[in-house]
Amino acid sequence: MTWLLALILLPLLGAVAVAFLRRDDRLAVMTAFAVSIVELVLILPLWLSYDPGGDRLQQVSSLEWIPAFGVHISFGIDGIALLMIAVIALLVPVVIALLRSTDKLPEGKDVGGLLSLILVQQSLTIAVFAATDVFLFYVLFEIMLIPMYFLIGGYGGPRRQYAAVKFFLYSFLGGLIMLASAIGAYSLAADELGEGTFDWATLVQVVSEAPLETQIWLFLGFFLAFAIKAPLVPFHTWLPDAASQAPVGVTVLLVGVLDKVGTFGFLRYSLPMTPDASAELAPFVLVLAVVGVIYGSMLAAGQTDMRRFVAYVSIAHFGFIALGIFAFTQQAVAGSATYMLNHSLATGMLILVLGIVAARGGHTRIDAYGGMAKVTPVLAAMLLIAGLSALSLPGTNSFISEFLVLLGAFDTRPAYAVVATVGMVLAAAYVLWLYQRIMTGPVRGDAMLAAAPGPGTVQAPEMGARKTIRDLGGREIAALAPLVVLIIGLGFYPKPVLDTVNPSVEQTITAVQER
Amino acid sequence: MNPFLAQQVQPVDAPGIDWGAILPMVIVFGAACVGVLIEAFVPKHQRWSGQVVLTLGSIAAAGIALGAYVSGRPEHGVVTMGTTLSIDTPALFLWGTLLALSVAAVLMIADRSVEPGGSFVAQAGIAPGTVQDRAQVQSTGMQTEVFPLALFALGGMMAFTAANDLLTMFIALEVLSLPLYLMCGLARRRRLLSQEAAVKYFLLGAFASAFFLYGLALLYGYAGSVKLADIATASAGTDRSDTLLFAGLGLLMVGLLFKGSVGPFHTWTPDVYQGAPTPVTGFMAACTKVAAFGGILRVLTVAFEATSWEWRGVLWAVAIISMAIGAVLGLTQTDLKRMIAYSSIAHAGFLLIGTMALTDEGLSGTLFYLLAYGFTTLAAFGVISLVRDSSGEATHLSAWAGLAKRSPLLAGVFTFLLLALAGIPLTSGFVGKFVVFSAALSDGMAPLVVIALVFSAVAAFFYLRVVVLMYFSEPASDGPTVSVPGAFTTASIALGVIVTLLLGVLPTFALDWAGAGGFALGG
Repeated sequence: MTWLLALILLPLLGAVAVAFLRRDDRLAVMTAFAVSIVELVLILPLWLSYDPGGDRLQQVSSLEWIPAFGVHISFGIDGIALLMIAVIALLVPVVIALLRSTDKLPEGKDVGGLLSLILVQQSLTIAVFAATDVFLFYVLFEIMLIPMYFLIGGYGGPRRQYAAVKFFLYSFLGGLIMLASAIGAYSLAADELGEGTFDWATLVQVVSEAPLETQIWLFLGFFLAFAIKAPLVPFHTWLPDAASQAPVGVTVLLVGVLDKVGTFGFLRYSLPMTPDASAELAPFVLVLAVVGVIYGSMLAAGQTDMRRFVAYVSIAHFGFIALGIFAFTQQAVAGSATYMLNHSLATGMLILVLGIVAARGGHTRIDAYGGMAKVTPVLAAMLLIAGLSALSLPGTNSFISEFLVLLGAFDTRPAYAVVATVGMVLAAAYVLWLYQRIMTGPVRGDAMLAAAPGPGTVQAPEMGARKTIRDLGGREIAALAPLVVLIIGLGFYPKPVLDTVNPSVEQTITAVQER
Repeated sequence: MNPFLAQQVQPVDAPGIDWGAILPMVIVFGAACVGVLIEAFVPKHQRWSGQVVLTLGSIAAAGIALGAYVSGRPEHGVVTMGTTLSIDTPALFLWGTLLALSVAAVLMIADRSVEPGGSFVAQAGIAPGTVQDRAQVQSTGMQTEVFPLALFALGGMMAFTAANDLLTMFIALEVLSLPLYLMCGLARRRRLLSQEAAVKYFLLGAFASAFFLYGLALLYGYAGSVKLADIATASAGTDRSDTLLFAGLGLLMVGLLFKGSVGPFHTWTPDVYQGAPTPVTGFMAACTKVAAFGGILRVLTVAFEATSWEWRGVLWAVAIISMAIGAVLGLTQTDLKRMIAYSSIAHAGFLLIGTMALTDEGLSGTLFYLLAYGFTTLAAFGVISLVRDSSGEATHLSAWAGLAKRSPLLAGVFTFLLLALAGIPLTSGFVGKFVVFSAALSDGMAPLVVIALVFSAVAAFFYLRVVVLMYFSEPASDGPTVSVPGAFTTASIALGVIVTLLLGVLPTFALDWAGAGGFALGG
């Protein structure tokens, strides 16, 4: 059994255990946390045994599943998948540790059920990044929706049902269209080789040699699924609903990791399998990407709700990632691959900190806050760190990635790169403005002050009595600390991450660069 | 002496009968006749147990006979009873499917614990709404004729899927339909709705049969024979009138598509599914669909393969209409049984896509889909029969709100079945869709497949709506209770769920069976 399989199976077993223990909330949380820590520790041997200069796919294991269609249960990772698996292993324990600070469950729901579903989600997400059989990838891509559907619909905010169904249907439709493409690739292989297969490496060989028109159809099927998942404008409308209604911890996993399946799919499936079509259609994707950057940034600035704010910030960032991927240069794609990691860290932290703010203040409206830094300085500092990373300040992790994306894109697609740079400026504006509104100035707003005096009396808002709002406690600081360390550490020393992804990136884009 | 009489002098050869091949069917029909005798001669209080033992026993015996025959069957099938029945691999697979499904259906029909006395009326002759009717609701008796009726229908279905000429097919169609019309009218509660369903089904079914018969006549006029193989020979390069051929085919297909509840010939489906006693609905939804599509597959493959270019466009349109009606109207339904009925119309559209492919993959894919869909839908109706309030089954959607809180197991099982109907991976529904769509794709029907996938997503919405209701809504204060099912219904639902899961995770063995061979074309 490979380390990879252990990483996939452990959370599943943990989920079963937690489901049985859910009568006792404390015990359930302890168990889930312990499982997620063991999972995080297991990343170490996985990372150490991964040889960046070695085979394209490592930690390979395969088992025959449906011989009639040449379907295997086969797993393996490259550097990009490794990063994504590592980041979900990191985020789950952080989310579990902060659960009490960020979320209040709807009445009648127990925390054990939530944790159990989170662990299932973790297992499936790791598996989807590790799948090297296209059929298996599709199966996991769809199955993955089910725990997330119940996480949003069962434990989320007031409009959770709507958000859950919208999330599910968008992704399900995308997945089905992808299935058509997967079957198309399969029958192409069946014609070519005499025997159909869903093996990723074989399909890459066969499909990348297909005529352009065929490739374009196959590309479009995969693209739709990934563009919905990653959300690119105009396929993004489910994300603000899902992100604002899901529990905070779940939003972290949804935006931080699940959505990366989309951009990961571009890298793993679109580019290698359909290089001609990717090259042919790249301008269209780039337009969507750049529109996403600008549109997401502008809407983020305009949001009055913190949760929706984060969703639009992410849409802008996903635009950047897509820009890098479809620029087809080593630098840009490496930038995108590391951005996938760095976005998870930065946005994950931003969501968590804003979640704590909202939980303490009892409001998610931004204008309910003001001057919070005076009351909770540590929380303010955390928000600032997360925000600065989200706006890609030099010295934070995101900067390197965004810089590489722009640098690489400038070589081949200068016009798009220039427009996207505007997005960087906007990012500085919306993040700092958010910080300013919530944290600085006089203490004000519904969340900060007790009920305003009766109507008729005209009084400045800061006249009301301050509510007592606790600053971050030791446990919460400890839970956020690893994220802070990584944000700053990778900002100054990104080499280990870049070294890990670079060979995989190179192999990903060789085919498309030759066109 | 006139020549007609002179002919009669010649000895008539009795047609050869391969008893081994048709034994399963003979057992079923024989048991049905014995069942009628039981009704006539056995005292009332012993009839139920006698019928249940006889019915289940005969299905099991037929299954064993089938199993024994399959292992040593001739590779290209055998044509027997003259040339009326063609027992080839698809027919045997369909027989196996029908027998397996009817075990589950008969178990549900036999259940007397969910509704005291069973879901069937004590005396069918009582007028609804009268004092006697109210009395029969309370009584524990039941019209046990339903068992022989089910066996006759089953036998008819088996004959239907093996029929080698259109006349046999027509007779089998009537044999399978007439008992079903009766069974629809036997509900213990909501008698008026049930009788309305029976009348509606009978009238529309009679129409469809007439269409079938008219088509048969035209085809006979065209080919000079009712044998499928002769029609194929006649249509392959002759100067006969195409009008007769295609008018005949069209009318024939109307009759067949009606039985398969394919839109736009579906109008009976929601009413009949809603009005019929739920076990009968399950039986119809699963078995009738298998039989109908078995028949369509055979007719199209054996008799009309050569002319497929001419009719395929029409069936494209029919498939799209069926999927659209099922998926879109399904969204607007507020009654669960009606919702599943519209779902079955959408599924009929998907099935038709596989049927049209006329390749080996299309055949095996459709056969697999039928098996998978039958078990899932049967189990779904089993679950529906368990949720009840004081007036019987609570099939209105609102009654299911918050059900997961009170009975998590039932909600979990139903969610799983709904996901299977929606075609989520790791369920049989997904594998079924996959095989059918991949067959269609490799046969050059890519646009149709994409349309089908979009409608799959639309249909997923109404399945999800039920999941949302069960899990995320607050339960109504006067909501229904969930009956603790007796052994029969439990077994039936468990069978359906296990098969749905098994075919979803390990579909290989069933796919191998379904792909073991094609129709016997000759004869």
